[in-house]
Amino acid sequence: MFNRIGFYTLLLLALFATSMNVAATEEVNVYSYRQPFLVQPLFDKFTEQTGIKVQVVFAKKGMAERLAREGEYSPADILLTTDISRLIELHDMGLLQPASSPELSEAIPAQFKASDNTWYGLTTRVRNIYSAKRLGKIDFNYEDLADEKWRGKVCTRSGKHPYNVALVAAMIAEHGEAKTLTWLQQLKANLARKPQGSDRAQVQAIHQQLCDVSLGNSYYFGNMLKDAKQKVWADAVYINFPNQNNRGAHVNISGMAMAKYAPNKANALALMNFLVSEPAQHMYAETNMEYPVRPGVQPSKLVASWGEFKADDLPLEALAAHRKSALKLLDKAKFDL
Amino acid sequence: MLLASLNASNELFSHLWATVLPEYITNTLLLALLVALLTLCFGVPAAALVSQTNLVMAKQLRWLLMLPLAMPAYLVAYLYTDLFDYAGPVQRSLRAWFGWQSPDDYYFFDIRTIGGAAIVIALVLFPYVYMLTRTAFEQQDRNLLRASRLLGCDQRQSFYQIALPLARPAIAVSLTLVVMETLADFATVQYFAVNTLTTAVYDTWLGYSDLAAANALASVLLLFILFVVVAEQRARAGQRHQSSRPNNQQQRKQLSIMQQLTASLFCWFLVLAGFLLPLVLLLIMVVDYADYSQFIALLSTGKNSIEIAFYSATIATIIALFLALFQRLHQSRSRKIPLQITSFGYAVPGTVLAMAMLATFGPIDHLINDLAKALDLKAPGLLLSGTVFAIVFAFVVRFSAIANGTINAGIGQIPKSLDFAPASLGVAMVPAIFRVHLPLLKSSILVAWLLVFVEAMKELPAVLLLRPFNFETLSTQVFQLISDERLEQGALGAVLIVLFGLLPIILLNRQKDSQ
Repeated sequence: MFNRIGFYTLLLLALFATSMNVAATEEVNVYSYRQPFLVQPLFDKFTEQTGIKVQVVFAKKGMAERLAREGEYSPADILLTTDISRLIELHDMGLLQPASSPELSEAIPAQFKASDNTWYGLTTRVRNIYSAKRLGKIDFNYEDLADEKWRGKVCTRSGKHPYNVALVAAMIAEHGEAKTLTWLQQLKANLARKPQGSDRAQVQAIHQQLCDVSLGNSYYFGNMLKDAKQKVWADAVYINFPNQNNRGAHVNISGMAMAKYAPNKANALALMNFLVSEPAQHMYAETNMEYPVRPGVQPSKLVASWGEFKADDLPLEALAAHRKSALKLLDKAKFDL
Repeated sequence: MLLASLNASNELFSHLWATVLPEYITNTLLLALLVALLTLCFGVPAAALVSQTNLVMAKQLRWLLMLPLAMPAYLVAYLYTDLFDYAGPVQRSLRAWFGWQSPDDYYFFDIRTIGGAAIVIALVLFPYVYMLTRTAFEQQDRNLLRASRLLGCDQRQSFYQIALPLARPAIAVSLTLVVMETLADFATVQYFAVNTLTTAVYDTWLGYSDLAAANALASVLLLFILFVVVAEQRARAGQRHQSSRPNNQQQRKQLSIMQQLTASLFCWFLVLAGFLLPLVLLLIMVVDYADYSQFIALLSTGKNSIEIAFYSATIATIIALFLALFQRLHQSRSRKIPLQITSFGYAVPGTVLAMAMLATFGPIDHLINDLAKALDLKAPGLLLSGTVFAIVFAFVVRFSAIANGTINAGIGQIPKSLDFAPASLGVAMVPAIFRVHLPLLKSSILVAWLLVFVEAMKELPAVLLLRPFNFETLSTQVFQLISDERLEQGALGAVLIVLFGLLPIILLNRQKDSQ
């Protein structure tokens, strides 16, 4: 009986769908790891300029698998991610296709795109060290966080969070696995409490004098300053750009890529070109306090007021290459336990 | 899933085993045990007090105690960790009052521990135990209780020796549900910085990109559940309790003043901690942050939530009824199997289940599209895996355990003799079911439907991954903001999840009262 019911259901669905497909408007479909409210203003602008409708699904876990399962019938055109390792993962799973245009090659420095043009960075974010204002200005290296003088004074979110994993990967690229493991173990010994909460919560803990220093992404500082309640937390700390006297601060990117089976290829490319255009890069910088990748586009005034900094020029692919070893070291150090 | 796990790499397993896995397993077992114990201690006494005694405001408490069910556990976890954290308002005020400077100056419990997690999870899950146990108490055969009194038991003895043992199937079923939900939950334990087996599942999948190993770990979780379910069924094999004379006129125990006071404190504490306090915290956020122009947009989002919850609840209940009656009317061992199989979905983490849906419907979709191509038709697109169909299907799979458990507990109360009575009167089986069994099961059916509906309103990971373009539900909307660390702005959506979840609870209660 079930077979028959199943058959009729399928038949009905098929009829329904074919009848729906008649109206074909210009559209582009986005699978996004980014929260839509951060990118929606950009999409609205794009639709206004081109008449192309942007459709979005936002999800974090399992997006790559969904895309893989959908295969050649996937409706996805563009993928937006917040971490380099996701882009590399999509690339390695063979889910991307190269995309190029004069606009893209003009706008994005080689450091922030795939050598085979399968993915492009859109914004960069720094992994900063926040420190209590009460301690005065300090020049930090990430390495210093393992120093005994910070015993019981460091706060951080889970080590397994992608932002921290990328930082550990960068440490491996610089120092090798053995030294990084020692660094992690000493850092763990310095923690004021078990890794927990968000990047903002660590700044709140500094404000409450539970700890003196914490790890956190750059844009949270701007977002806290804009929030009526959280401003007091942000006011209690300095935002520091680590390793300025050597390799530079660790940066990660948010980025975009074209799906391998993108059904609306031309529209997808139009959206990509739009997202790296100067006005869009400027909007991006303003809405979430990140650094635009396009040279010449200024970050928001607030972000610019934190000063210039030197970024680690480690190729982003190297971060992704060390990701699994980074996770293993975090397990070995029992960092979260 | 099991097939995929066969490819799991040994190397990753030995790494995990040598480092974090033993602790994850200990944490998982400890958490499940603590939550089970706490829900038992919360739910059973509450059910007994409300249904068996003259507790003041018992009529109100009867439904108030169900309300924590409408609170998504991940929200309550977020709110409570925030509240009792070192930097949270409670400890801040304490420090301000007493002039303490640092954590060394005083002792305060650490909310981000297994204990903290267990208490908070138990506060939102105890209504399962409470509802099923209370229903069991209320449907017990009053003649049995009277008989026990006639035989010289006092009220206390007759409760412990008759009523409580009779409620055991209901208690067991609800505890199994609670344990399953606890094991599948990732978001909640994450707020408490507690690492469990589910953490390992996500680590291996998203971190190590090893889906096979992740599946293997998820299978370990399932085996654990299988063990719990089988143990529970073995333990009460051969027991049979049936009643056709619901216990609505029994004599209630008179509580002394001290007892009244303690009992009221206990029940109101549960209502307060499990529902009112989190709701007030959310409302404060709404007042501080909400942008009221979002409200209209949220209402249409709410419509999506309600629709999928409605379909899921209805389908899950019908399937559960069908299976339960099927099993009942054709007694044999093999008939029990489908019922047990459908119950395991609840123990699978939502995202893992969503991936299984993609794995199931993806190939079917491909087949349809390939067929259309071969016939030179326009490709219909992803009919199953890319539409609401997949979400509803996933919900039905996930929440069948709830519907099955509830309806089975109810059907167990119907005396066997009623199965044969209509036949002896010459009435065919199907009309007999409609005229005899369904009316008797009415309250179980309602409870099952309600539980699935409320759970489906709250569900997040599966709907997040399976939804089509521009399809938002209240929970995905709230998640967007929580995932960017701005629950404050999402508070309005969160309140709506709770309110929409309350609607059926209130309706159900109304209906009961008017009967």
